[in-house]
Amino acid sequence: MNTETMETNKTATTKTERISGCEAIIRCLIAEGVDILYGYPGGAIMPVYDELFKYQGKIHHVLTRHEQGAAHAAQGYARISGKVGVAMATSGPGATNLITGIADAQIDSTPLVCITGQVPSHLLGSDAFQETDIVGISTPVTKWNHQITNAEDIPEVIAKAFYIAKSGRPGPVLIDITKDAQFQEFDFSYEKCESVRSYNPAPKTNIESVKAAAELINNAKKPMIVWGQGVILGEAEEELKAVIEKAGIPSAWTILGASAIPTSHPLNIGMVGMHGNYAPNKLTNECDVLIAIGMRFDDRVTGDLNTYAKQAKVIHFDIDPAEIDKNVKTDVAVLGDSKESLGLLLNELNPNSHEAWLQEFKDLYAIEYEQVIKGDLLPEKEGLTMGEVLKEINAQSKGDAAIVSDVGQHQMIACRYAKFNKTKSNITSGGLGTMGFALPAAIGAKMAAPEREVVAIIGDGGYQMNIQELGTIFQQEVPVKIVVLNNEFLGMVRQWQQLFFDKRYASTEMTNPDFVTIAKGYHIDAKRVTKREELADAVKDMITSKSSYFLEVCVEKEDNVFPMVPAGASVSDVRLS
Amino acid sequence: MNEEIKTYTISVYTENNIGLLNRISAIFQRRTINIESLTTSQSEIENVNRFVIVVNITESQAKKIVGQIEKQVEVIKAYYHDDHETIFTESCMFKIKSELLFDEPQIQNIIKESDTRIVTVNKEFFVLEKSGRRHEIEALRRDLNAFGIMQFVRSGRIAVTKDEMKVTELLSQIKNQ
Ligand SMILES: Cc1ncc(C[n+]2csc(CCOP(=O)(O)OP(=O)(O)O)c2C)c(N)n1
Repeated sequence: MNTETMETNKTATTKTERISGCEAIIRCLIAEGVDILYGYPGGAIMPVYDELFKYQGKIHHVLTRHEQGAAHAAQGYARISGKVGVAMATSGPGATNLITGIADAQIDSTPLVCITGQVPSHLLGSDAFQETDIVGISTPVTKWNHQITNAEDIPEVIAKAFYIAKSGRPGPVLIDITKDAQFQEFDFSYEKCESVRSYNPAPKTNIESVKAAAELINNAKKPMIVWGQGVILGEAEEELKAVIEKAGIPSAWTILGASAIPTSHPLNIGMVGMHGNYAPNKLTNECDVLIAIGMRFDDRVTGDLNTYAKQAKVIHFDIDPAEIDKNVKTDVAVLGDSKESLGLLLNELNPNSHEAWLQEFKDLYAIEYEQVIKGDLLPEKEGLTMGEVLKEINAQSKGDAAIVSDVGQHQMIACRYAKFNKTKSNITSGGLGTMGFALPAAIGAKMAAPEREVVAIIGDGGYQMNIQELGTIFQQEVPVKIVVLNNEFLGMVRQWQQLFFDKRYASTEMTNPDFVTIAKGYHIDAKRVTKREELADAVKDMITSKSSYFLEVCVEKEDNVFPMVPAGASVSDVRLS
Repeated sequence: MNEEIKTYTISVYTENNIGLLNRISAIFQRRTINIESLTTSQSEIENVNRFVIVVNITESQAKKIVGQIEKQVEVIKAYYHDDHETIFTESCMFKIKSELLFDEPQIQNIIKESDTRIVTVNKEFFVLEKSGRRHEIEALRRDLNAFGIMQFVRSGRIAVTKDEMKVTELLSQIKNQ
């Protein structure tokens, strides 16, 4: 094609423009409303970085210190905003470093678009420098992936990527783009994707199934709801609240469902699962109708399936047909988007209250309070507990903070004790349990929601898995608050060693560096607390600080998290000590 | 949970896409389910591919597997059927030394009786082809084995279902949405 005809084409259809593949990538991202992306440059993605340089001011690229950090930051961004998070990396090691974050996003249904550079197409399959089959590697952990070797495919594939990542049950998508396709020029135009022929993201709710569910609920004497992240992903918080209140149903949540309904709501009966609350775990095996909403009966939630809610009729609301009957056999399945389904359910429900049944939860809570919670929140022993740190953070942030937790004891304590007033406030790695998640995820969360207080709660182990991201916080001036609960152990593993391996503490004790000095090395205000008297002021300083802040709290070394449903045990065998 | 393990034929209608085979086989691999055979071809619908996958599993496993397969973006629809619900066949080929055709009159009888087709004959070898059920193919292989087989190969199962699968309707519904 000569330049003359090109010009005529351009004027004929003002929409197309002749640009390079790499510029097209940036233009596609901007067209999708991407304002921030996280990544790390390298050979095979350099043309795109060159365009990022030219498009500064229109799109903000955040250089993390590791590609894993980029993936988790994009996750944090997505989890707090509901938007698609974007991460970018070069081929080979850059791409493989994204994988943990992608796998985490897959199991926690987080919308991500990851863009990786790839060696030029003529070198594909030749074991070229930094060539790795990232499409092959990422296949089992992506909702969809695709390799582009021809610039003309870029707009359509990227549009499809965003659509697939966000629609239905969200998930991560990876697009691998060869370097030659990045350089290639073509006539660019962009159209958003609105459907994919073979893909039905959200089945339409069947009203008959809703009526069947309502009938069971209306006739139930002891109904119980367990909701999950599906409520948050479907933005169905208001509908859920209305359902709960109208039918007067005691309602519990999974870790990823936390914060969809405020902690203080009188019908919010707490968390289910391995370290969930005593009452909802025990009474799962007493209820007569169990209503699961946007949750997937993970083994950490159900314990032994053969003794899980056998007495109950089970109703399962989900957007993903593959979840129905996957782990727990349902009596009524309501397939569809949670907002739509719960909206329809609301109309079918009779107003009700279950005071006596709710009282059973309160009675068991009183037992849990006496045996566990009091000691966690108002300890009489000398050493600091993780629980009292959370209590202090609740008090200072008034329950408005988004809590980004890592993985381990501190995570369970954070989920158990954090007060949530607002939805999308509990950001944690639930399904994969990825240590190292919290620090970068907090960066993404804070950048996506600068108006919110974002507090990362991390163990001394997990902190050191992505501690390098302090560099990102410093360079980007991200005012996140970082709390390391230092027990000088890989606490959760130590707890299992104590309980199930006769206290043989194999490789769980940690000799730690001076964390305060490290934070200060990155010019981040930092403080260490070792005594109870210092805690309140230190947390206050942290919360009132306008910039990033690091707080290390040296806690009791060998505390355990209870209640606990031992792995493989029945939920009704939940232990208090 | 003492469900019976049966042979199921899983039919999958898909967009023709590189990498989909990987995605689908990974679903079986993750659950340590052995794929007995897998065949892919054009389907009755233009530009729509069809996988025929044979596995020995329980019905509840089959249900879950089909759910996981359907969840893949490029899969249009998946079904599972047992042997009573499908018409199925496999085909096989034998390469045998030509001299045997003349030295062993038995072979000619075997070919005739088993409804086997002679594809080609030349000086060194001849090639037989037969379609049928597994046990028929196995019987033929046993019979011919007595004389010596240079090469044997058997295809995966191909199958059509007795019931309608309504994929065309589904596709037009999607289009009209
Ligand atoms: C990447 C990764 N490696 C290993 C584990 C296994 N694991 C789960 S919790 C835990 C200990 C976490 O220790 P720490 O970060 O100090 O937190 P604590 O439990 O002490 O609060 C480990 C090793 C994991 N979840 N993730």
